[in-house]
Amino acid sequence: MSLIFLFYLSSGLFLGWASGANYMGNVFGTAVGTKMLSFTAAALICSIFIIFGAVYGGAGAASTIGSLGSINTMAGAFVAALAAAFAIFMITKTGLPVSSTQAIVGGIIGWNAFVGMPIDTSSLFKILGSWVVSPVLAAIFAMILMRLVKAFLHRFPLPLLYQDLYVRIALILTGAFGAYSLGANNIGNIVGVFTTAAPFNDVDVMGIFTLSSTQQLFLLGGIAIAAGVFTYSRKVINTIGREIMELSPTAAWVVVMSHSLVMFLFASENLHDFLVSHGLPAIPLVPISSSEAVIGAVVGIAFLQRGRGLRLKSLGKVAAGWITCPFIAALFSFIAMFFMQNLFGQPVH
Amino acid sequence: MLNGKIVLFQRTKELNAKITEFLNNISEAAIIFRQAVTNYMEFGDNDDFETKLNNVSALEARNDQLRRTIEAKLYEHTLIPESRADVLELMEGLDKIVNMFEARLYQFSIEKIQINDNFKPLYEELSESSVNAVEALVRSARAFFVNISQVNDHLHKVMFFEKQGDMIGTKLKRQIFDDAEIELSRKIQMRMLCDDIDGIANQAEDVADQLSIYTIKRYL
Repeated sequence: MSLIFLFYLSSGLFLGWASGANYMGNVFGTAVGTKMLSFTAAALICSIFIIFGAVYGGAGAASTIGSLGSINTMAGAFVAALAAAFAIFMITKTGLPVSSTQAIVGGIIGWNAFVGMPIDTSSLFKILGSWVVSPVLAAIFAMILMRLVKAFLHRFPLPLLYQDLYVRIALILTGAFGAYSLGANNIGNIVGVFTTAAPFNDVDVMGIFTLSSTQQLFLLGGIAIAAGVFTYSRKVINTIGREIMELSPTAAWVVVMSHSLVMFLFASENLHDFLVSHGLPAIPLVPISSSEAVIGAVVGIAFLQRGRGLRLKSLGKVAAGWITCPFIAALFSFIAMFFMQNLFGQPVH
Repeated sequence: MLNGKIVLFQRTKELNAKITEFLNNISEAAIIFRQAVTNYMEFGDNDDFETKLNNVSALEARNDQLRRTIEAKLYEHTLIPESRADVLELMEGLDKIVNMFEARLYQFSIEKIQINDNFKPLYEELSESSVNAVEALVRSARAFFVNISQVNDHLHKVMFFEKQGDMIGTKLKRQIFDDAEIELSRKIQMRMLCDDIDGIANQAEDVADQLSIYTIKRYL
């Protein structure tokens, strides 16, 4: 691995680090916010499963991000990832959850605009459409799950302490599933723009399995995310766990489960292939916004309670972050491309 | 991870056992209190009564210890974060009831209260009402921990026995003060005892009101 590649990849790793805070907030934010899990335990589980998801299941959704804008130079990829990281960093500083998907799409569109390359509108609309569908789907899942859980607990009431125990275990297991799905769905956002330029050779790991060049790249991205999880996620957890709506531990589980199901639907190549082989409409393998899925699920629960306890002001701030993020990333990307090409003399396409 | 889950199960089981013991002790203290009052009405202060008083004291001491352990465990292991404050308040309210049983028996023992024979049946009835209110409350509290849907099946009985206690207390006090033969100092002493025994049922009702709110909160 050359030093120049590492230098360029650093923006992707920075993006991973900045996204890690949001990822942790989305998967374990409610569990930690409601004090059902300690921060350290949650961060450890989150990191392990995000890396696993990224390396094992990251290829599907990553290919869609690649088709949106085929950034063909390391310098271009560096700037696009840096712009996304910058946008995420800025919004995370305000304590609001933000989406790496929206950020990287902004970064890529900035590159497209700068080099005058037409945007693959089919991929763009697929991605934009999924941003609308995914929170709605998460809200529907949350409403169904919440009703099922309530009906179950009414029919088979659990002793208070055992209910607490089972919810705790469910939060750990679902959080792990969510982290895996998140890693698989979102790793393309983090280092997907570097796949064509990655200089790795396949590595055989003790004769058990082989890590391809892309998987090694995803592994590095996953480790960067884990670093962000441990060092930068506490503030976002407070927003998810408390500010939008006070959640009971059971509702917290419903939120994480709904989020994880949505992330899984949009990331699983096996499910995609299964649906196609049975002549069913396949769910596109698109990187979606994890934050949107979580907020969608929270709103779904609030909807069941006729909006009781929902803090519209906080929700408005979150939505403003979603709109601002791709704009900041696109603008920064466009300007930085100019400097990279004209000041540093590096070709960006 | 598996080891962690086993530890979690073990911890939950131990805590459940402590809460069950805490509730059993209240129930036991109520039964002993009833026996002690009957004994006092029949024989006055005697060894058997003092033994019962000591038994209630021992249960009170044990429950104080249990309550502190349960509180510490709930906080140390951040258990039931959503209901923790409610559970602690409930346990403190219940613990106060055992303190009251103990204090009333000490009242008999220290003051050696002389009760006219014609008032004794009403004092016993009053004690019975208070004990019944406490027993219904303990059943509600058990349901809160084990099967929340059954809490309300017992809560209304607490209110019933408290009201019954109020009626008996009023009747008893009227009879005491209508009796021209008794000195005012003794009348006041007997009235205070009547209020204090009735106070146990009032405390049970206060805890029942809190429990009713905790139950609604868990249903939301």
